[in-house]
Amino acid sequence: MSMRDAVARYVPDGASVAIGLALEALIPFAAGHEIIRRRKRDLTLIGPISDILFDQLIGAGCVRTVQAAWAGNVSAGLGHCYRRAAERGEPNPIAIEDHSNFSIALGLLAGALGTQFIPAKTLLGSDLVKTNPRLRIVDSPIDGQKLMLVPAIVPDVTIVHVQRADEFGGCHAWGNLGVSEEGAMSGNSVIVVAEEIVSAGVIKSDPNRVLVPPQRVSAVVHEPGGAHPSPVQGCYGRDHEFYHEYHTDTKTAAGYDAWRDAWIDRCSGRPEYLTRLGAARWRGLQVREQKPAAVVNYSAT
Amino acid sequence: MQAAYTAAELMVVAAAREIREGEVVFVGMRLPLIAFALAKRTHARNAIGLFENGVIRDEPAGRLLYTMGDPPNIEGALMCCRMNVVMGLMQKGEVDLGFLGGAEVDRFGNINTSYVGTPKAPHVKLPGSGGAADIASLAKRFVVVIEHDARRLVERVSYVTSPGNGEGGDWRTRAGLPRGGPAAIITSMGILRFDPKDGEAFLASVHPGVSAEDVKAQTGWPLAIGEPLHVTPAPSVDELRMIREIDPQGFWTS
Repeated sequence: MSMRDAVARYVPDGASVAIGLALEALIPFAAGHEIIRRRKRDLTLIGPISDILFDQLIGAGCVRTVQAAWAGNVSAGLGHCYRRAAERGEPNPIAIEDHSNFSIALGLLAGALGTQFIPAKTLLGSDLVKTNPRLRIVDSPIDGQKLMLVPAIVPDVTIVHVQRADEFGGCHAWGNLGVSEEGAMSGNSVIVVAEEIVSAGVIKSDPNRVLVPPQRVSAVVHEPGGAHPSPVQGCYGRDHEFYHEYHTDTKTAAGYDAWRDAWIDRCSGRPEYLTRLGAARWRGLQVREQKPAAVVNYSAT
Repeated sequence: MQAAYTAAELMVVAAAREIREGEVVFVGMRLPLIAFALAKRTHARNAIGLFENGVIRDEPAGRLLYTMGDPPNIEGALMCCRMNVVMGLMQKGEVDLGFLGGAEVDRFGNINTSYVGTPKAPHVKLPGSGGAADIASLAKRFVVVIEHDARRLVERVSYVTSPGNGEGGDWRTRAGLPRGGPAAIITSMGILRFDPKDGEAFLASVHPGVSAEDVKAQTGWPLAIGEPLHVTPAPSVDELRMIREIDPQGFWTS
């Protein structure tokens, strides 16, 4: 399916969208940009940290609620659009549901397991519990000790970026996974964005590396370079400069609008975006060496 | 002869010294990334580093990390996994030390990385907890690394993102936290440690060339002074060489 069709079909206005679940790597920027191009509105963004993708979606006016542990620019500092929305209601006011990384992870795990909540010992005494009314402190029925209950988080759609997928929904991802598996198990729809489309045989050759049960996958989108500027292990590195340029360029709302116009609105999709990035810059981020894992023998006979 | 060094380099060395040989460390971002790499090269060769994105390493990454998700942090890892695996280790009490940064830290080691001003109408919206509140809740001890000025070291944080010793005394136990608490605040001027009885920070060490009066002037509460008050050892020539090998452009340490 094309990115345009996947977003049109599975990301309606008002949807809750889990995106950026591996933390700083494998962030589905191409999917986020398509959401911005289609002028989606009133979304709830769900994620542990999203690096600058949440900031871009907020700046574009797509977002009503942020359910996150952290939103900003990991290597460059604060997120200017996030600040403008939270402090001044620009371009629109947003509601913030504060989480920690663990509480987001447990909320998605509860959703993945089909249960109501998961109890934990984290955040006891943190003001996060006061400003996020969903988090509750109770006395354990087992021993009376205090527990924090994390209610299930079930996104309308979970979007993950992976190294390779087949056209039937089987996909392999490697490197740090963050909460990708929990998010893909919890979401009511799952969009898999892949660097490479391979045969089903390639996926079945290594079933332990499959991220999510293939029957849960709603759409597979082939989008090479779709995670730039975030890294994809074995494909390309992180474009650190891009994050710093974004930080500088988006200090004002007008600056963000100009940035969005150049990098999102004027690009019909990821191929044009990569052309704008420039062949030399893109080539410079590509992984050159091969460091394959040792062979795993799955033979039954 | 003493080599010249930056405040950040001294903070890295001080942070590295908090890591004991063989410990399991929740590494975090920025200066602690360098501190872990330095400790691994010097006195804590068997320390293990955890990263909240789901990475476990027994050797520092081969290249400078801008984020924990950079490909050099994956290559050669002991394990790449889910966040719930590393958070689970911490909740089970198997993580000795975690490092935290912050916009504000107070006299009881509580940290604010969420809101300056009231949450409903913040003056500044900071990025939030990330994994910091979990580290503060669940690691056996944590160390704060922060620039020292009176706006950052405050009497009471306006928002407790990451719980330290709360209001002091047995506050952590009453809150239901299973263990842990702040062990040190490493600043650009000195090192604060915590009184085990009342949980309040005191000045344990001043960096070379800094006086206790200088530190008090830049601290937002009447800071108690340790007896004896130490002077933080300056980085050695070897430590500085290693830091500059790890961060050759001074991206984090200039």
